[in-house]
Amino acid sequence: MIAWTIYITFAGAVVLLVLPRGFAHWIALVTAIAGFAISLATFFCDDIDLTHFTTVVRVPWVPALGMNYHLALDGISLTLVLVTGIAAVSAVLFSWDVDQRQNEFFFWLLLVVGGSYGVFLSADLFLLFLFYELVIVPKYFLIAIFGSTNKEYGAMKLTLYSFFGGALVFLGIIAIYVSGGSLDVNQLAQFQFTPQLQSWAFPVLFLGFAVLAGIWPLHTWAPTGHVAAPTAGSMLLAGIVMKLGAYAALRVAMNLFPQGFQMWRTWIAVLAVVGIVYAAAVALRQRDLKFVIGYSSVSHMGFVLLGFATANVFGVSGSVLQMFSHGVIGALLFAVAGRMIYRRTHTRELDALSGMNLSRALPFAAFAFVIASAASMGIPGFSGFAAEITILIGAWKSYPLAVWITGIGMVLVAAFTLRALKRSFFDVDLATASAAPPEMEPITIPEKLGAGLLMFATLAVGLYPKFLLDRIQPAVEAMRFLK
Amino acid sequence: MVGLISALILIPLAGAVALYIGQPKNARTVALIFDALSAFYALMLWQKFDATAPGLQLVERHVWIPSIGAEYLVGVDGLSLLLVLLTSLVFPFAFSAQSRSAGERGACALMLVMQAALYGTFTAQNFVLWFLFYEMSLVPAFLLIKIYGGENRDYAAVKFFVYTFLGSVAMLLAFLGIYFTKGTFDFVALAGLGKSGLLAGKLQWLAFAGIFLGLAVKVPLFPFHTWLPDAYQTAPTGVSMVLTGALSKMGVYGFIRLLVPLFPNEIKIAGPWLLALVVCSIVFAPLAAWAQRDLKRMVAYLSINHLGYCLLGLFAITARSTSSLIDMHAALSGVFLQIFNHGVTAAALFYFVGLLEQRRGLRGIDDFGGLMQRTPLLCGWMSIAMFSSLGLPGLNGFIGEFLIFKGSFAVAASFTAIAVLGLLFTAVTFMRAMQSLFSGPLAESCSGFSDLIRSEKFVIVPVTLLMFAVGISPQFVFNIFNATVVQMARLFA
Repeated sequence: MIAWTIYITFAGAVVLLVLPRGFAHWIALVTAIAGFAISLATFFCDDIDLTHFTTVVRVPWVPALGMNYHLALDGISLTLVLVTGIAAVSAVLFSWDVDQRQNEFFFWLLLVVGGSYGVFLSADLFLLFLFYELVIVPKYFLIAIFGSTNKEYGAMKLTLYSFFGGALVFLGIIAIYVSGGSLDVNQLAQFQFTPQLQSWAFPVLFLGFAVLAGIWPLHTWAPTGHVAAPTAGSMLLAGIVMKLGAYAALRVAMNLFPQGFQMWRTWIAVLAVVGIVYAAAVALRQRDLKFVIGYSSVSHMGFVLLGFATANVFGVSGSVLQMFSHGVIGALLFAVAGRMIYRRTHTRELDALSGMNLSRALPFAAFAFVIASAASMGIPGFSGFAAEITILIGAWKSYPLAVWITGIGMVLVAAFTLRALKRSFFDVDLATASAAPPEMEPITIPEKLGAGLLMFATLAVGLYPKFLLDRIQPAVEAMRFLK
Repeated sequence: MVGLISALILIPLAGAVALYIGQPKNARTVALIFDALSAFYALMLWQKFDATAPGLQLVERHVWIPSIGAEYLVGVDGLSLLLVLLTSLVFPFAFSAQSRSAGERGACALMLVMQAALYGTFTAQNFVLWFLFYEMSLVPAFLLIKIYGGENRDYAAVKFFVYTFLGSVAMLLAFLGIYFTKGTFDFVALAGLGKSGLLAGKLQWLAFAGIFLGLAVKVPLFPFHTWLPDAYQTAPTGVSMVLTGALSKMGVYGFIRLLVPLFPNEIKIAGPWLLALVVCSIVFAPLAAWAQRDLKRMVAYLSINHLGYCLLGLFAITARSTSSLIDMHAALSGVFLQIFNHGVTAAALFYFVGLLEQRRGLRGIDDFGGLMQRTPLLCGWMSIAMFSSLGLPGLNGFIGEFLIFKGSFAVAASFTAIAVLGLLFTAVTFMRAMQSLFSGPLAESCSGFSDLIRSEKFVIVPVTLLMFAVGISPQFVFNIFNATVVQMARLFA
């Protein structure tokens, strides 16, 4: 059933191209909700084996070359499919009043979503790569056509970085195919690659995927891309696309090359920690609200990579949870900054925003941003805390020093988040505090619904993380590098 | 009774004669009618072809000049059939891109002669006959550039002719040497003799060098490529499409059919050097393309890069004695598919550049801007052709490149790893072009552009659908040459 997330989303995209303008947003919403509902239904369905990467569909595709149309599911995939569903629904809600070339906008948006579902469910390397690259093109158009500040530069930078990563991945997949003789992830997971091959193929493949996850120092596409993208584009970029890289690094590079992973994991930990601290420090100095959030994304994805590097159940499960958590929080932050604030004030400069008394003009936006900031800082009770504490427990076992340094990073995260929160909403000049707040268009119903969905998700997971971890942990334990 | 293949060769010739004698008003339509007829014959050939049987089929053999061992011998195997089909596809596509101008009749007639020569080249199985057709394609190409070309046409035409002709002479001398020792011009017989060495000592190497030179110029391979950007740039759109879509395949075809079977031992010794040249082609050509300001020249350089992949696969598996049959199958299938894909995609790219040039009168990369606002359809379809060329998964280019890299990686990992850079540079080049053509503010000079008109859509949509079809379900193309791949792999092993 889960395979229908892909089909429905692509079908929705095609319908958008054919139908006349006018109800594009309704079609996109129905499609996104359908995908979300399917993943939710699968999530609550008890009789599915989420421990192993269980085949859902397997049809020969190009039999001569061993390519199969092969989809599979385990707890990790399902968690990410779920966050894709959530991000897709809220992204559509937050682009409700896109008026320029509406059909086209939602067409590209649904292609990104459908391709992401495909990556998370692919069990054939060829298919995975196909979906992976399929996401890049619509993302380019989404930013280059509908973006704002410096959109062409941002779109091009993102695409070139993606292609660079793609070329490395291509090389890695060919190395796997040549020595393993198969493209089937499950078959390859049983195969013993020679240590010599693993020692160079692992870093190539891991780095290729990690480019999209925003690994330091190849992260620079992320802030510019996020800033240039339209709101829904940044939401998808932070919410889903960065997860594609991290997920594929876990599923392909780490799962298939356990020895290569052991050889290189210290380096991954170093890059991850540098990324966490560096991005947080840079975020502290930004003037543009969206840049602050863009760098915070890089910092949060650093936690995911740190969790991977720990190579134990806690760390890796925490990483998967962090992918979910950041998907929700990142989407919410961008929604508030890009949609609720920028649409009404036409500025994202913190200096300009600080005099506007926004907390009284847009109380709902302020509320949503407080929740999102709290979750982003890792306040207990929100998903960010549950994920990061799990990662740090795992890291304590492998790299105690990394935990200390990351602690500094977390203080910086709190600092820049509070700074952004204060400057944008609560920097009230006492002289004007009693004056009437500036007139602004009230927050619309779709915006409230989208923000509500995201806030609910981060709270639900924060209060009861077991709910996701019960499905993630067995799947992580089944991976080879832990044995 | 004329056989199917002979009929295929004669139809375009008849078309050329008809154009010459009949002097019809609308030469392009007449040429297209003859092309439709030959395409029909090519499809009949495909239908009669038994894809499961190896070896030559539908052979026609007649005595021609017995004293020098020249026979009229034509036949097809999977590779020949693939190229015949490609030729039948590219030519109508190219005719539809020809502008209606004063010299239309002559250009169409010359192109038809070229088409006949290509059919002949791809089906002839005796060297003399093959060489005849091979040279026969050269003259119309020269004239088409010389008479109908744009700026700088004299220089480009002469350069093209001199390069290719020198290569041909070297090749002819080599074959004469072989004939005087072995007494045969028959490809199949020669391939059988290749293992034990055709000539003695130094002569063998001379012959190898001669044939290599002739083919390397034709493909072209770095550093024999310098005629290509000039020729492609100045030729009219339709001619460029044919040059890259069909004519450049003669070189690759020659490598597969002649050089590799005839000189297996020499290839093994010279292998690393050949691979180094190929990798240079693959890496430098897109870098050169990146630096071009003229769109047509940019596409021309990328053409060198794409044909480099074909030779990478071919040389990798033949240069190493360690390659397994599975890798050989993969690489050869990839090479064949890449030949086909490049024909379609490169022709499509030239077609689009032609459309832009037709609207603007210029084709510099800086002469356009913001086209996405004015002509979204043109931009959309052109982007698909570009993505196909840069090897995006889901489109035709990717499958061929994937197979080539897979096959060559197993035996020549380091060369292959460097060649992956070529993919990246190609991507950069295309992204740069897309950005400056399609996005940004609408350029003043482009504000009067018309989007695709109906006749253009009729041409573009089927070609694009073909790209997707090969990209998503390539099996139908593989079926054409599977048996041939297996047979060749055994021959090369």
